[in-house]
Amino acid sequence: MKPFRKMLASVVLGLALAAPGAPLYAETPPNMLVIANRIDDITTLDPAESFEFAGSDVIRNIYGKLVNFDPMNLDAGYVPDLAESWTVSEDGRTITFKMREGVKFASGNPVRAEDAAWSLRRAVILSKTPSFILTQFGFTPENVEETITFDADANTVSITTDKRYATSFVLNCLTATIGAIIDKETVMANEVDGDMGNAWLKTNSAGSGAYTLVSWKPNESVTLKANPDFYLGKPAMDRVIVQHVAESATQRLMLERGDIDVARNLNPDDIAGLEGKDGIAIDSELRGRLMYISLNQKHPVLSKPQVRQAIKYLIDYQGMQDSFLKGQYVIHQNFLPATYLGAVDENPFSLDIERAKALLAEAGVSDLEITAGVREAQERLEIAQSLQNTFAQAGITLNLEVGTGKQILTRYRARELDMYIGAWGPDYPDPHTNAGTFAYNPDNSDEAQATGLLAWRNAWDTGGLTEKVAAAVVEPDREVRAQMYRDIQAEFRETSPFAIMFQKIEQIGRAENVQGLSLGGAITAVSYWTVTK
Amino acid sequence: MAIAEDNPGGRRRSPPLLRHLRKGAATIGAVLITMLGLLFVTFLIGRVMPVDPVLSVVGERASKEVYDDAFRAMGLDKPVLVQFAYYLRDVLHFDFGTSLLTARPVSEDIARVFPATFELATLGTLFGVVLGVPLGVIAAVRRGSWVDQSARVVALIGYSMPIFWLGLVGLLIFYGILGWVGGPRRLDIFYQDIVEPRTGLLLLDSALQGEWGVFRNAFSHIILPASILGYYSMAYISRMTRSFMLEQLGAEYVITARVKGLPERRVIWRHAFGNIKVQLITVIALSYANLLEGAVLTETIFSWPGIGSYITTALLSADMAAVLGGTIVVGLIFVLLNIFSDLLYKFLDPRAK
Repeated sequence: MKPFRKMLASVVLGLALAAPGAPLYAETPPNMLVIANRIDDITTLDPAESFEFAGSDVIRNIYGKLVNFDPMNLDAGYVPDLAESWTVSEDGRTITFKMREGVKFASGNPVRAEDAAWSLRRAVILSKTPSFILTQFGFTPENVEETITFDADANTVSITTDKRYATSFVLNCLTATIGAIIDKETVMANEVDGDMGNAWLKTNSAGSGAYTLVSWKPNESVTLKANPDFYLGKPAMDRVIVQHVAESATQRLMLERGDIDVARNLNPDDIAGLEGKDGIAIDSELRGRLMYISLNQKHPVLSKPQVRQAIKYLIDYQGMQDSFLKGQYVIHQNFLPATYLGAVDENPFSLDIERAKALLAEAGVSDLEITAGVREAQERLEIAQSLQNTFAQAGITLNLEVGTGKQILTRYRARELDMYIGAWGPDYPDPHTNAGTFAYNPDNSDEAQATGLLAWRNAWDTGGLTEKVAAAVVEPDREVRAQMYRDIQAEFRETSPFAIMFQKIEQIGRAENVQGLSLGGAITAVSYWTVTK
Repeated sequence: MAIAEDNPGGRRRSPPLLRHLRKGAATIGAVLITMLGLLFVTFLIGRVMPVDPVLSVVGERASKEVYDDAFRAMGLDKPVLVQFAYYLRDVLHFDFGTSLLTARPVSEDIARVFPATFELATLGTLFGVVLGVPLGVIAAVRRGSWVDQSARVVALIGYSMPIFWLGLVGLLIFYGILGWVGGPRRLDIFYQDIVEPRTGLLLLDSALQGEWGVFRNAFSHIILPASILGYYSMAYISRMTRSFMLEQLGAEYVITARVKGLPERRVIWRHAFGNIKVQLITVIALSYANLLEGAVLTETIFSWPGIGSYITTALLSADMAAVLGGTIVVGLIFVLLNIFSDLLYKFLDPRAK
């Protein structure tokens, strides 16, 4: 027993000595930005493949694009980035970009027109999920050599679309993650089996942006290091560390203790708890995500126009906004998020049980029982419960099918749900991103398998809206185009099987000394290079 | 004939070495069959789950062409048994596939997340055993006393209080208000990437490399989650110890020992406790195995990058390569702990030899 006791005593002594010596810091270093965020959605950091929120945040800070958004003036829309100017051909199909001179990748290689053309071609050839943002212009792996070209001497890159599109539409799409310009030399040096460096770029970086990737540890952290050669000047924050912290309460504690500078996933309770705390500020920014419900038009009752209309009057928009969604969502009943070109702020629907009952009676409907698919997320379940309550007041029994996001999505894409309660975020900062999915459905047959279109998932033949959306996307005049989207939304509000309910507000907790952080609004991702302390 | 003459009573006993080899082969066979069964069931569940694994790869916005390419690339167009056979072939070549979520080989992921869980579970179990066993013994010896009542209340709280609540309250008090411990995660940012990960066990790696600042910081981070897991472990171990001890203390041999005039300490620790060691090992091994599976809620609250949250995230996203890889590890842990318990039985209980 003696040796055991001795060992035990030394262990206890060791622990006792170790504990009080643990140093605790009250704030992060002045040249380092530490953020708590949920980053478990990152599956790749290759711009040609990445399509998740946290991934877009990282990529926006690592790569430059031909055109980009200025974080300090998002309302200005796209502005020159690696391209200093551009011209449009007379037929409107070819845009030629003049590359900015003297810009370097973090590797030291110059940013050439060849890199820009190669990056866009690569995204088309790799055919990963976000490739549709480029292939919708008629680019295919077979024709990219002719449609995306460069002139090394003139340092220009040209893209030629299959038909004339609104220039704003094309340029808006190039501001998306997939428009990132990649260092060809570096990436191709890491090519394996003709993958154009895809495997390597998933976990490495090769950009000319403000930061370079130090490490991405899945479900743990992303660490970025400032790029001293960034053409807009070396950022003030030498390092940015994004830590994966899933729990809101944990993020709040870390912010209060000064272990992080920014907490990005705080729930309303924790936001309320932080308000008025010394040294902490709360920021709110309108994001692009919309919360909506939709009705499957294969359902014999839900496809009746009066029933669709009745449902829109059975939603307690105001009640939800003022209670469990307070500060997190704002009422918004149109498919274009506020701040988008053509966005409108008309919200004509409100809870009106009597009116809904009258509409249901007009449709000859009584004792309706439907099942809604909803994923296991607190705010969605709370919305679903509110709907159960208000629907019941008009005699509609709403059953809930609760599952993981992937489970519910699988059923939704297979057109199997009566009703879906969910969210939609725009893919790129152009009105077509949402118009092209909510109000566009050229072939409503099951065989079309257009699972990417929300109108198709709900088996909705959009009537004339599909053509109107197709016309809006090629309209060159910006103001005329905006008006076309306003008209489409007015019709959509009344006739569609979608009840758009809310637009997301992102609320973050921030250490007061952190200035200049732009979350990207509804149109883009976060920017770290403007941050100072 | 010669054999019959040498051993007229029946079959000849094999030499000891052969016997051990046979037993060893039987154990390995049992392990392999268990693992194969476990893998097959998990694989099957993954395939019949109402989740489309292709969506995890391509996302919900993918076009039909992108979706179909991924469907074929993942081998989902082949029958389930063929898919399983391919998977098994890869596993036998130590290729567990690539995780959809992390874009890295599953083996690399597990090598990263498992040590975090191992470190936490080991420390938690250590707390549980060091506190739980004496508490259980004392509670049994002083049955009905205030010590016994307190031990039961502590155990009851341990059983009934949700771990995420205790974790959050612990964080609030010891990290948020008092500042006695490090916060969530394994290290403060200032100490990250200083120690080269050799075993992945931060305490061990930092000690081996003489980075005592990192060691202290890692300890200040692990102490709270380990104490909370240890508390739950202690609640279970102390209750079981108490009940095993009560059974022994009422036995005739204990009365005899006392009548013989043996000191009470010797009666309790040598005789009664000596007889519950085998049962206790099973309890401790089970509790340890449970913690090694990964305590998902604790890992979530403390942002601890362990195997529990890894498997859970993978499962929810139909990342079956990661789920199966994790299943192999967890299955192996259970099997190995079982074998280890069996060996200890033989060591501690002469009847089992």
